[in-house]
This record gives sequence, C-alpha cells and structure tokens, in this order.
Amino acid sequence: MIRFVAVRLLRALITIFAVVTFAFVVLRMSGDPAQVMLGPDVPQEAVDAFRRAWGLDQPLWVQYLAYVKSIFTGDFGVSMRDKASALDLVLQRVPATLQLTLPALLLKLVLGIPAGVYAALHRQSFGDRGVILLAVLGFTIPSFVMGLLLVLIFAVILGVLPSGGQDTWVHGILPTITMSIGGIGILARFSRSAMIEVMGQPYIRTASAKGLKWPDVVWNHALPNAAVPIVTIVGFMVGSLIAGAVVVESIFSWPGIGRLLIVSVGNRDLAVVQCILLIIAATMVVSNLAVDLLYGWLDPRLRSNAAH
Amino acid sequence: MDRASSNLVELRDLKVAFDGVQVLHGIDLNVGRGEALGLVGESGCGKSVTWLAALGLLPGKASVTGSVQLDGQELAGGSREAFERVRGGRIAMIFQDPSSSLNPVLRIGRQIVEALSLHRGLRGDPARREALRLLDMVGIPDARRRFDLYPHEFSGGQCQRLMIAMALAGEPDLLIADEPTTALDATIQAQILDLLIQLRAETGMATVFISHDLGAVSQVCERVCVMYAGRIVEEGTVAQLFSEPRHPYTRGLFDAIPRIDGPRNRLIPIPGTVPNPKHLPEGCSFSPRCFRAVEACRSERPALETSADGRQLACFRPVPPSEPVEARTRVTEDMLQ
Repeated sequence: MIRFVAVRLLRALITIFAVVTFAFVVLRMSGDPAQVMLGPDVPQEAVDAFRRAWGLDQPLWVQYLAYVKSIFTGDFGVSMRDKASALDLVLQRVPATLQLTLPALLLKLVLGIPAGVYAALHRQSFGDRGVILLAVLGFTIPSFVMGLLLVLIFAVILGVLPSGGQDTWVHGILPTITMSIGGIGILARFSRSAMIEVMGQPYIRTASAKGLKWPDVVWNHALPNAAVPIVTIVGFMVGSLIAGAVVVESIFSWPGIGRLLIVSVGNRDLAVVQCILLIIAATMVVSNLAVDLLYGWLDPRLRSNAAH
Repeated sequence: MDRASSNLVELRDLKVAFDGVQVLHGIDLNVGRGEALGLVGESGCGKSVTWLAALGLLPGKASVTGSVQLDGQELAGGSREAFERVRGGRIAMIFQDPSSSLNPVLRIGRQIVEALSLHRGLRGDPARREALRLLDMVGIPDARRRFDLYPHEFSGGQCQRLMIAMALAGEPDLLIADEPTTALDATIQAQILDLLIQLRAETGMATVFISHDLGAVSQVCERVCVMYAGRIVEEGTVAQLFSEPRHPYTRGLFDAIPRIDGPRNRLIPIPGTVPNPKHLPEGCSFSPRCFRAVEACRSERPALETSADGRQLACFRPVPPSEPVEARTRVTEDMLQ
C-alpha cells in the first residue's frame, strides 16, 4: 500500500514538473513580455532595462534553473504588472472561482448521478429517453453558447437575474448553472451506462434471487459496483475545480482564476501564468491520486492487484 | 386426482416470450416436497428460463404467462413484493458461474449474513455464528479466518460452496441448482454434486437440478424432465429414462455420451442444431433432426401424454422399448438409403 502511494506520488511530481517546464519554455518562446508591457513605441534602452530587471536577458536555461530553484524555496515570482507576489495574486482569486465551481460540482453530482441511475433502472421508458436527450443536449452545447443563451433568457428577456459581476450570490446563479449543465449531462450518461452494465451482472440476479427488496438490490449491490467508473469522471471534475471556469468567468465577468489567467496570458505576465498552471496541474494530479486510492477502496480486486 | 396438495411447486402452461419471440411453450411441471428433479436439455432449450420465470427473475422485456403455484398459492402475475417473499426463503437458486454470481465488492461473510438477517432475522454475533456454521457445512475450510474475504479470493468451486451456503441461509423448501457444476473442473464437479446430495439428505429440501450432464443428473435426481426447444418432451424416473429412453431426443442424448465400459464404438451425435426459437419447424420441433421422424411429425405436434408405465412422452414414433443400441444405427443406415 505504501509502495503503491509512493509510486503514484512520484509519478504525480514528475507530471507537475513536466507541466511547469512546458509552460516555462512555451511562454518564453511565444512572445516578449517587454514589448507587451511597455508598448510598441518605447526606446530600445527601456526595453533592455526591463529585460535586465526581470532577468529576461539571461540564457533560457539559466532563467529556468533560477525559476526551479525559487519554486523549491516557495517563491513563485513577482507579477510584472502588479509588482506583487504572483502566488498572492493567484490565491486571492481562488475563493471567487471556488464560489462557482464548488456549487457547480455539487449540482453535477446531485442531478447527474441520480438522473443516470434512474434512466438505467427505467430503461427504454419515457423518462430514460428524456434523460438521454437532455444529457446529450447538455454536453454537446458549448458553455460559451449555453452561457450566452442563459443570459439572453434570464437577464435580457426575463430580466430576473444579473448578467455579470460578483456583487451578491444571485450573480453566481447563471455562471454556476452554465458551468454545471455539461457535467450533469456527462455524469448522467456515465452513471446510466455504468448502472446498466452492473444491472446485467449475474451477482445482481443472485441478490434478487436471495429475496432482497429491490431498493436494497440497487443500493447495496448495484451502486457500489457502478461507483468505480462514476468516480473516474467525478475525479476529473474535481481536478478541474480551479481550471474549469476560464470560459464562464470571462462571459460573466467573474473575477476568478480563469479571468486572471486570460488577462495574464495577454500581458505575458510570466510569473502569474506559471503560477496558475502549476496550481491547475497540482489540483488535477492530486485529484487523480485521490481517485486511484478510491478505486482500491471501492473495488477490493484492484486493491489486491496493487499489492502484488 | 388430488395430487395437488402433495406438490410443493406446480407449473401450469408456463409460457415465456422475449420481444414477441416465444421461447417457452407451455411447461407443466410438478415438484414434490423433498424431491430431486432433474431438468435436462441442450443449451437454450428453456431449462433455466423456466425457473427464472417462475421466480420472476427474468428481465422486464420478458413476458410470462401461465400459473406458478407454491403450496397452492399463485405466484405468477403477482407483485414484486410477493416474489421477494418467496425468493431465498421458500425457493433459493444457485447459478452456473459462481465466481461472477457473488458480488465482487462485498465481503462474503456480509453476503451470507445479509440472507440470514433477511430470512431469519439474525443480526450481529448470532448471525455471524450461523454464517460460520453454514460455511462449515458446505465445506469451506478455515471459515472463521476467511469470513471477511472477498469472492475473488476464493476458487470457482469454493464460490459455488459459498453460493450454496447463502442459499441454505434462508432454509428454503426448494433449491434450484442451475447448472451448478458446468463452469467447474471435473473433480470439483463431483465434490459439489456430493455436497448437494448430502445437504438434501440433511435438510430434506427439494432440489431442481438443471443440467445438460446426464451423469450428474442420474447421481442427484430421482425424476428427470427432458426439454427440447421450450417444451418438455419426456419425463420419468431416472431408472425409466436411463434404461429405456423412449423419445428419440432423449435417446440421442444418451448415444452422445462416451462410454468407459464396453467396446469402443463411435459416438453417435444428434445431427443438426437446436432450432432458432424465431423459426421453429412445423410439427414436432425435433423432427428435422430426428432419425425416426415420419411425415406426420413434420406437420403435427405430438402432445405430452402419460403412458402406461407412468412416464410422460411427446412423440408419435417413440423408440420401441428395449431396442438394443445397434438397432438405432441400423435405422440411421436405412434412412440414408
């Protein structure tokens, strides 16, 4: 077990390291922060001074080594724009993003999974077809279209909900719904197929043949088996708690990580972008790790495979 | 004629159709108290479907008609709750593939205790003690230590023993064993058969043994029903059917068994394959494969009738009694000429 976790942790660290390196190199090759920050008409001396000040005149590998070294000391650099700690800037935005992504995740779970399970248990029924139709609509309509559609209906035509901003919790309603619809559809589809697969297994027939009440068959025998594939998808959703709001935050002018990322990329604010990517990679990797551990807890067969 | 009262289960004109395709064409079958009945036939002939239908275990797309009476009480067409009261407690069932018939994510102890609390109201320590006793009874060594293991930590034969322990938990009046040894090694098969025989002797529960293995059936059962394409074609005591199979299909099943004793003869397979239930042949369903079929067999269907010796038979031209094996070969040669 300890070996299993240690191997996964090491793999997780390598993944994060790869992401960080990739971001570092690509960002520096895809545009010059000095040009973007200072504008097109500044004299060459000013540009050189800016580069010297931020260490951009050094060879790439020197910059990279310095960057990696500073990361290990907990220093994530300084924003070129705000001259403040990049980490502080990013962490300030985290609560705003979580205000959207956590309720959205909750909506996905409480609507998506029950809808899928219901559909699986009432296969070929009217309700099943309804769930499939809505689920397909939900995850095929892109969030920028869905967001604008909801703004059109609820803000422009009905005038009942605000179209942007972060002043009250009411402002969070439309972005949260926009963000959750796709996930609800995906979870409903996955839960449905997972459940259909499990309900056809011989052990479900055994549970029925034993005389168990139907709800007990579903709760105690079917759902724990269907949980493994569902947890995979949920793990992915948890991993995107930080990164999943880029488009929606932009549509609804929500001051979260996603907006900060877009603005910082535009400004070539290297330290901030790197810091955000690092945090996104870390959440994704941590949630994958959690899913791997959960697998073992949910399915004893995987547990003994991992032990060998 | 009041045989009804002595029978535990009576099936009358039980029919099953999947998506409009009839797979069971009216089964009439009695199971007496404490009796061991064998149900024999090729795969897909409706042996398992009969009992899954009787217990309401078929998927929703199956349409079931006819009567299923347990102690004179009608089950067919009943509510889900009515079936749930019977399953496990009155009639238990074990299945062909024991390894996948146990829930892979639940500890085996819990799966047995679940049945005990359901049917006998046992919980906590008493339930655990009783479960251990059952595990002991079905021959799981070191049950105390293995109580909290998962099904994948047991072999196929042991999983079938676990299934049997779980079935016994409800102290059923009838155990349906649906090809319980088909997925197991020959040596393990014999052990499981012995276990079934021994448990029946100890508990007095009736057994329906579904199998395509005639040898196994003859060990476990007193009476045998031979099914073909969704119908019973011959029924009688083990002695009757084994000494004098009258239906050509039953005869064919025997001829296809290799013999250890006697001269080395070529096995005589039954030609052709089981008909597709969507396109059953007219007349007797077995007629296209039958070495004794005549014109009438292809246009009319013989009814299941009781003959003088008490056996039931559905055939216009049954194999004559005491016809030696060689005669069969001669008949085939006649047909070829």
